[in-house]
Amino acid sequence: MMKKTLLVVSLLVGLAAAAGAQSNPVLLNAAGATFPYPIYSKWFDVYHQQHPNIQINYQSIGSGGGIRQLQAGTVDFGASDGPMTDEQLSQSKVKVLHFPTVLGAVVPTYNIEGVKSELNFTQKALAGIFMGTITKWNDPAIAGPNPGVNLPNSDIVVVHRSDGSGTSYIWTDFLSKASDDWKSKVGKGTSVNWPVGLGGKGNEGVSGLVKQTPGALGYIELIYAVQNNISYGKVQNAAGKFVKADLAGVTAAAAADANNIPEDFRVSITNASGAAVYPISSFTWLLIPTQIPDAAKRDAIKGFLLWMLKDGQNYNEGLSYAKLPKPVVERELKAISQIQ
Amino acid sequence: MNRLRLIWRKSLNVFALTLTGVAALAVVSILFLILGYLIYNGGKSLSWDFFTKLPKPVGETGGGMANAIVGSLKLLFLAAVMGVPVGLMAGVYLAEFGGKTFSFVIRYTTDLLNGVPSIVIGIFAYSLVVMPVRHFSALAGGVALGIMVIPITVRSTEQFLRSVPGALREGAMALGASKWKTVATVILPAAKGGIITGVLLALARVAGETAPLLFTAFGNRFWSPGLSQPISSLPVMIYTYAIAPYDDWHRQAWAAGLVLLGLVLVANVGTRLALSRGGSARSV
Amino acid sequence: MSSTATTLEHAAPPQSGPRSLIQRLRHGDEVAHLLTLIFAALILLLTSMLVYELWVNSHLSRSKFGMMFFFTRVWDPVFGDFGALPFIYGTLVTSVVALMIAVPLGLAAAIFLSELAPRRISDTISFLIDLLAAVPSVIYGLLGIFIVVPLMRTEIGPHLIKWFGHVPYLSVLFKPPNYGVGFFTAGIVLAIMVVPFIISVSREVLLTVPREQREAALALGATRWESTWKVVVPWARTGILGSIFLALARALGETMAVTMVIGNDPKISMSLFASGHTIAAVIANEFTEANGDLYLSALIELGLVLFLMTFILNGLARILIVATERGGGQPA
Repeated sequence: MMKKTLLVVSLLVGLAAAAGAQSNPVLLNAAGATFPYPIYSKWFDVYHQQHPNIQINYQSIGSGGGIRQLQAGTVDFGASDGPMTDEQLSQSKVKVLHFPTVLGAVVPTYNIEGVKSELNFTQKALAGIFMGTITKWNDPAIAGPNPGVNLPNSDIVVVHRSDGSGTSYIWTDFLSKASDDWKSKVGKGTSVNWPVGLGGKGNEGVSGLVKQTPGALGYIELIYAVQNNISYGKVQNAAGKFVKADLAGVTAAAAADANNIPEDFRVSITNASGAAVYPISSFTWLLIPTQIPDAAKRDAIKGFLLWMLKDGQNYNEGLSYAKLPKPVVERELKAISQIQ
Repeated sequence: MNRLRLIWRKSLNVFALTLTGVAALAVVSILFLILGYLIYNGGKSLSWDFFTKLPKPVGETGGGMANAIVGSLKLLFLAAVMGVPVGLMAGVYLAEFGGKTFSFVIRYTTDLLNGVPSIVIGIFAYSLVVMPVRHFSALAGGVALGIMVIPITVRSTEQFLRSVPGALREGAMALGASKWKTVATVILPAAKGGIITGVLLALARVAGETAPLLFTAFGNRFWSPGLSQPISSLPVMIYTYAIAPYDDWHRQAWAAGLVLLGLVLVANVGTRLALSRGGSARSV
Repeated sequence: MSSTATTLEHAAPPQSGPRSLIQRLRHGDEVAHLLTLIFAALILLLTSMLVYELWVNSHLSRSKFGMMFFFTRVWDPVFGDFGALPFIYGTLVTSVVALMIAVPLGLAAAIFLSELAPRRISDTISFLIDLLAAVPSVIYGLLGIFIVVPLMRTEIGPHLIKWFGHVPYLSVLFKPPNYGVGFFTAGIVLAIMVVPFIISVSREVLLTVPREQREAALALGATRWESTWKVVVPWARTGILGSIFLALARALGETMAVTMVIGNDPKISMSLFASGHTIAAVIANEFTEANGDLYLSALIELGLVLFLMTFILNGLARILIVATERGGGQPA
């Protein structure tokens, strides 16, 4: 009985090991942002099918996690929508490059019983809601720009991220530009001291909470709202127009500052100027170390980056992410050579 | 006056005793509720795909948890390989060889280890196995689970060794066997049924652990070859999928929950039935 | 056998004084003793290392915040200010709520199983209840998210607010808003998870109460219930208290089920419907992304705190339970 069990178990383990082994498999581990997780998981799946011996295991644990695990050296590369700070970069043993991958939008999503229409949110309204000064849905700050919508007199359930998040970074970056009060009291970061609200883990967790909680208002990446049929509103941009997040609005945001994108690609494009701009847009980056000792891994990463910048971009729009601007792609292609 | 008081006491008696019955019934029915929900929600999501396919990219329906199921089995195997020998030997020590004070210390420490929250064990395994080599791995997950297996194994080994009838022991010694020979060839085989069930119960317990795996085994969307790669597991997948917004993921979470609970319950029920047939056993 | 051993010893080159290590190793028993001792000592080593790692890796946080760590409400990774108070609060509140539900329920069920039910039924029901203890935490979390949370939001919460919303001192506990997640929901889920421990241990200690106690009470004219409640239960009260401590220790350390239903918000609030956080839940959520050594150190310090809390409780529980089993209970 013992022998049989041992035999069966060892057979299973052997099968598992065999199932995993392929000719010279290159196993890459990556972790980070949940913001681009839908497109990344698509990319890594497609790439694996084109190169069966390359496996890129990406764990969506949040941008904070991506930065941290990259610094700890437990992953081969990271991903974040909040660029690494100067301090974090200086703490890194190896120089880290930021490679923009897609352009995305963070949208305010809500679940209000009986309200199916798109709401218009002013910048002050969003800041007030997240500060906790605006607590009811029918507050004038929200009702004002939405005439004709029957907003209930119920509480707003604010939902934010409970984990270290690049999406939070983008959101708080925008709120800091929208409200000086927010900027001084809370500030921007991947993890902040939220004045109010429930915490969800990852874009997935926030979407889940908003979807299940009547009265909820959260911020998530556009594709999560689309894929899960959760209403999302228009946001007023710097030019005063209410814009709904879409590819055009995000592309306009990137184009607005196209000439000012720095050498290392770390740039904030929230609240960009222009009538068609969606104000809560952002790049998201892959964090690649410049020195990768393992040759097979290095070649795999470089190969993937090349593919991502050319073929990979064709998948963006299908998942509601905007393509990278051409000049940025050109510069990134050159930057790949920095990876030794 | 007395009659009134008597009636009051009698009614209170019936009332209170009925309440206790209701309480017991309520608790038991929770178990059936849990099973019912899992069978209903999980049953309709179980499919051949679930057991054989890898996860699909986010947002696409379909795919399965083949790698998570195998991953859990692999982690259990590692936990058993690392934890069972330690627990077994320590149990033998406590039952057969131990001196008074040192045994007390060991038992106390084992109880202490048993009570450590699994998330803290995860922190320990992280600093022990992940930090030095700087990557998450199946091994780290196995170490975390193995540490949790040890106290349960120690306790059940000691308990079943002690329960071997004295007559067997004395008979062996009378025939001239040394202590270690007696233990190895007579007592251990006699207790082996109980010990094996103890090990299976320990494994069933750690099979459902999620927290310690979050930062040791981490997670993997693919197969995980060898020991030094991150690995997927059923409990972590259930957690990841349950808190996400995708309906398809929810369905898969229910299915995974059913599979996991099924395995755990089968192990528990099976071992306890085997135990009750083989002799009495007190467990806590 | 022993004569053979002595012969061996005498045949060996003469050594003055005690036998040398080599000679002792030839003796199988000594080898077995040493081998098993090494493994037993390994447990000691592992546990010491665990405590050591927790202590050392929390050093940064301990030295920076000192005792204030336990009284600070702020958990601010951006500015590097960390305090344990919201998590200690959340851990305690959810556990207290859990016990307030589980103790009456569990004790009542244990009484039924030990006093009223025929042995066979009692054993079967007890067995089924033990299975509840085997259900993994993440599955409780799964059921919590999809069943308890909506129930709390649509049924339980509104009813409680209706009944207690205007009662003077209680209303602060049941203040809306009620999102479904929160302290109360977590407490309910925890209650279900710990009630099997209370039932299992209490039932056993109740069974050890000598028959004479019950019979004496009945002979004096007590009803069944009076005999149980006023004689048997007090006799076993030390063990029952031990079971409560055991359940509490279990509740404190629960991670997955709690983090899935508590809202993950490090805030302190009197309302049971508010969302909160616990020590175990924050570690699970933030460990992999704690960038900055201070952040990680603060999380590990929380782990150390949790470890100490469960250590003390488990120790007390053991003492109480063992005391009941050995010395019998207290006379009424």
